[in-house]
Amino acid sequence: MRSPLIPEMATQEVQLNETLAHLKTESETLKTKLEEERAKLHDVELHQVAEKVEGLGQFVMKTRRTLKGHGNKVLCMDWCKDKRRIVSSSQDGKVIVWDAFTTNKEHAVTMPCTWVMACAYAPSGCAVACGGLDNKCSVYPLSLDKNENLAAKKKSVAMHTNYLSACSFTNSDMQILTSSGDGTCALWDVESGQLLQSFHGHAADVLCLDLAPSETGNTFVSGGCDKKANVWDMRSGQCIQSFETHESDINSVRYYPSGDAFASGSDDATCRLYDLRADREVAIYSKESIIFGVSSVDFSLSGRLLFGGYNDYTINVWDVLKGTRVSILFGHENRVSTLRVSPDGTAFCTGSWDHTLRIWA
Amino acid sequence: MSSKTQSSSSMAQARRTVQQLRIEASIERVKVSKASSDLMRYCGEHAKNDPLLMGIPASENPFKDKKPCTVL
Repeated sequence: MRSPLIPEMATQEVQLNETLAHLKTESETLKTKLEEERAKLHDVELHQVAEKVEGLGQFVMKTRRTLKGHGNKVLCMDWCKDKRRIVSSSQDGKVIVWDAFTTNKEHAVTMPCTWVMACAYAPSGCAVACGGLDNKCSVYPLSLDKNENLAAKKKSVAMHTNYLSACSFTNSDMQILTSSGDGTCALWDVESGQLLQSFHGHAADVLCLDLAPSETGNTFVSGGCDKKANVWDMRSGQCIQSFETHESDINSVRYYPSGDAFASGSDDATCRLYDLRADREVAIYSKESIIFGVSSVDFSLSGRLLFGGYNDYTINVWDVLKGTRVSILFGHENRVSTLRVSPDGTAFCTGSWDHTLRIWA
Repeated sequence: MSSKTQSSSSMAQARRTVQQLRIEASIERVKVSKASSDLMRYCGEHAKNDPLLMGIPASENPFKDKKPCTVL
């Protein structure tokens, strides 16, 4: 016996499928339109415009300090605004604060988890944040008393449902931005631990993030295993721009100092530059001889140089405008996992799976 | 999951995708030539204050070792 409900449900389902098909068509149309709009403005290449710029000479950069003390792979590091202190985190669960001038260790904390993949210095210099396989981001106030147990004052701020891949304080010690293997980014209030905003849009693990320079306003960029780099409005949670030209995971993203562009480093062995106002990729930094992934990128103060830390243990230095490599630096005995230029641009620091950090200048 | 629920969650997903694309399609863009010359101008204006680019003398860089001086 045929139920009278069946024809009705069948009709509803047909209607749903038609609307779904309609949406998919609109989605394809919009994607094509986006490509066309972007292509219209692609009148020239960055390196062509840069032909008239003077070439860069030879660079002599060497390891000036080696920071030894971690018992396993160094995964992340960050500079303090005082331009001399550094926080680093390791697979062995330790987070260390160093004086990079003297190489002395000033603080050390043992986390309850291994693989502390993220660490960040607070703008005030009075605290550090870190996290990893514990799925959390915790803040440790730094005590002047070296004997004080830092772990006792620990504050759990962020909670994700998968590993913490990156964290960064915003302009103050009061808010932290995090990215996670759970595919989201989130903004948290440090004092209360409250979630202020979450950012959904990546289709896989988010591996990295960077905040826009303060003059540019409230945006940040994130990169993930879905090969996408997304630019977000921090207040609304909306993804405002998205770039998908890399061929593999994006391990690192960093804003150009003016805030008008950002660079990315990927497992596809390339670094790329995306201009936000042109809304497209404007440069690729690659060589046939470079076949290992880029773990970490950062700009020199003027934005002319891009430093990339690679899984083949080297650092490649690129002329951002001309697209050519200007230097290759050797020294680490395993993958370079993290790289940051100091706040005053006098040096850059790298961390490696060889358990050490190096300061280069 | 009933096929109707599956259809409605794919619908929700499809709606979100379309909304997202609409936002992205509507932003104002500039030509690459203009964007490039702005990047170049920024580099040029800040080059002289970029220690890693210009190189600064060892005496001014706390990370570079100062050569020991002998007083004759």
